[in-house]
Amino acid sequence: MTDFVPEPDPDEGLGSKSSAHQVTPADAADAARLVSFGLHPKLAPARDAEYTELLRRYLEEPAFARLADAVATGLGLVVLEVSTRAGMALAAAEDSVFAVRMGDYARRAGADSTDRFLHGLAHLACAAMAFPRPEDLADDGYIGRITVNGVDSFVRQACRRLEERAEAEGENTDPATGAPGLEAAWRAYARRSATGATKDARRLSGSTTGIIAKAVAFLADSGFLQRTGDDAGGTYRTTARYQLQVRDMAGSAAMAELLELGVVPVSDGTASLLPPPEEDGLELAPDAGLPFHS
Amino acid sequence: MPSPAPGPAADEGLARRLRALACTAPLHDLDTRKANLAGEYSTYEMAELALAAIDLVTLQMDFDTGADHEQVVAKLLPRVAAQAPTRDPAEHQRVARWVLENMINVGSVDRGFRAVYGTFDPDGTYVRRDYDFKLIEEVPGPGGSVYLRTTDEAVNVLVGALDTDVTSAQIAAEVKLEVLISRGRLADAQLAAEQARYRTVQYAEALRRTLEATRRDVRAVDWLSAVPDMISEALDHVADRYRHENAILTNIRKARDEAASERGPDHKRRAAELVDIVKDCIRRHTQLQSRLLEAGPLFRAEQDRQAFAPPAARAGLDLYGQLLAPVLPLPLEAATRVTDAFFARGTGLRTPGAVRLGDLTDMLLTPPAPREHLGAEMPEPDLVATPDDSRFSEEQLAAAMELLELPPDAPRRLSGLLADARRRDPDLPYLIALLAVHAASPPVGTAYRQGEERLLFAVDDGTPLDDPEFGGADLIVGTALLDAAGMAADRTEAA
Repeated sequence: MTDFVPEPDPDEGLGSKSSAHQVTPADAADAARLVSFGLHPKLAPARDAEYTELLRRYLEEPAFARLADAVATGLGLVVLEVSTRAGMALAAAEDSVFAVRMGDYARRAGADSTDRFLHGLAHLACAAMAFPRPEDLADDGYIGRITVNGVDSFVRQACRRLEERAEAEGENTDPATGAPGLEAAWRAYARRSATGATKDARRLSGSTTGIIAKAVAFLADSGFLQRTGDDAGGTYRTTARYQLQVRDMAGSAAMAELLELGVVPVSDGTASLLPPPEEDGLELAPDAGLPFHS
Repeated sequence: MPSPAPGPAADEGLARRLRALACTAPLHDLDTRKANLAGEYSTYEMAELALAAIDLVTLQMDFDTGADHEQVVAKLLPRVAAQAPTRDPAEHQRVARWVLENMINVGSVDRGFRAVYGTFDPDGTYVRRDYDFKLIEEVPGPGGSVYLRTTDEAVNVLVGALDTDVTSAQIAAEVKLEVLISRGRLADAQLAAEQARYRTVQYAEALRRTLEATRRDVRAVDWLSAVPDMISEALDHVADRYRHENAILTNIRKARDEAASERGPDHKRRAAELVDIVKDCIRRHTQLQSRLLEAGPLFRAEQDRQAFAPPAARAGLDLYGQLLAPVLPLPLEAATRVTDAFFARGTGLRTPGAVRLGDLTDMLLTPPAPREHLGAEMPEPDLVATPDDSRFSEEQLAAAMELLELPPDAPRRLSGLLADARRRDPDLPYLIALLAVHAASPPVGTAYRQGEERLLFAVDDGTPLDDPEFGGADLIVGTALLDAAGMAADRTEAA
């Protein structure tokens, strides 16, 4: 979305030449205003007449769109999508002042490598649970539903499969003493207790459900999730912005990092219940229909 | 040159036994550490209490929930109290809590234990390894509550059958039980029956996990062969055990009833306990069976929901298969790089707070606004006087009551009362007539309940009333005395 800015149509350019080429301070103010609307992630475009009007202008006036994009880029923001559905969906560019840093996010995560991993994993797991199939992530109309406890047991299930596999292969997965960085990641999660009683009846913040609850609450603050109930530790549904953010930003960034580590996700092709649909995951996602069998 | 290691196979067996040994360490540790506690706790056998706590939690584990923290403490108390009967009950409570919390290991961030042991690598180098385990774990229950479950490690330590196959262990226990019953050794039979029950719980737990995973994603579980096999196996198992345990139940009942005469009450009590245990086993089997029968429909419904939805036009990234699943087996260090990348791009943006020094100074120097303890000021109510539309005034009522203040031994005719009233006030007779008619059916019950001492009554004796304004019967109006003290006494007795 960001790197492709439509050129002004030549015919249209002729008709409105003066307005397209002369950017007035009022236009700049409007463009900046639109970006500032985008910075309020929980604001629904349909609820604000001015926001709706600016969005319409962005979609109809290429010159205005370029101006707004430029304002966003200058502030260190990436424009994910501009539509009446998602509004002006913005993401923070790397090292932008708007970016969220792990150390600010969770105090313990700055000091403890295991906690750092668990907090990151919680966000990844929430996304994986919200969009369990590749189609779900691709389908603009899809709304994912997650619960805190559901995310936890989903990751635990994955960990248990790895544990069973390691056991079947007779592998000793107990890490060497004094080398915590070499411990398999799933063990760090499996080891952490799922919940815990506390003196003041709050959720134990260091437990895995506590970490996941923090993640979803943060995502809800970012306008990525909407809380729908209190069942199963809190239930949430996804918003269009979350889908965009995961699809266009987070997923690919994490994927690039994974490939850099030399891990190319492949399936071992064992017997599976559901063969992947023909049109599914051609080069991007080999055997994407079989996530649990890899 | 002789190899330093006795070979990987022997070493693996040693590692397994070392891990099994480590599971018992937290229990011994309690007895070592009890000396460090404030207070004289050496009379308590902590390892025994810990094992009893694990027992209690295991027996309360069900499909949906685990054991409640408070209940376990409450059930542990009799044993604690038995160990030191002279001590304060509050101390018993403290000890029970201390034992349970140490089994959970509340102090550590993982709420688990770690033991270190060494093995030889295939190339002969000696490696020290960390073994992490839990004995009692806390799991989320419905409504945000926290339940306790015993882990497989704890069940294995408790049952003392390390690394054994669930199904075969169950069969062995059943056979043993039958033999013991036929030989009349009920004490051992009870032990074997309890072991069988632990195995049942373990079996149910494995099934519960599979079903839960299916609900999340059908692809998480191999529904082509593994799960249908497991379900049919489990159904066979339930049918088999059910038959088996019913047979045992009949046998023990016979033993229980016959035992009374020959072997004494202790034997009978044991047999009765055994009946309860086997009954519980049957209950658990029935529960397991109903879950098994739900499994098929659940799978089909989830498959409809998850698999047969129309595929989207374009393919996306498979978050689980391509990101989460490959990340989990990575070493922690490498995995953190991936999760960090996801975190940095996936959390959205935060608008940083921009503070001007001027604002900050103002904010810091502004005295805190006085708290409104009394709330907002109440507006003065705008009252409108309602017109007094009563038929009689207060004075008239007082005059009427004074007229009706009759001595209990001298009732009067209504006609006389009306005449007296007419002399005082032309309106008063109406009020007197009203009160007299009202008194014709006096609320005796209410007066009785309220402890009244006097009650106005009116009786019609057939005399017609001769009055210029009123017609009807010339009532006899009098005052009845009620036995208030006696009534009060009756009420207290009734209460």
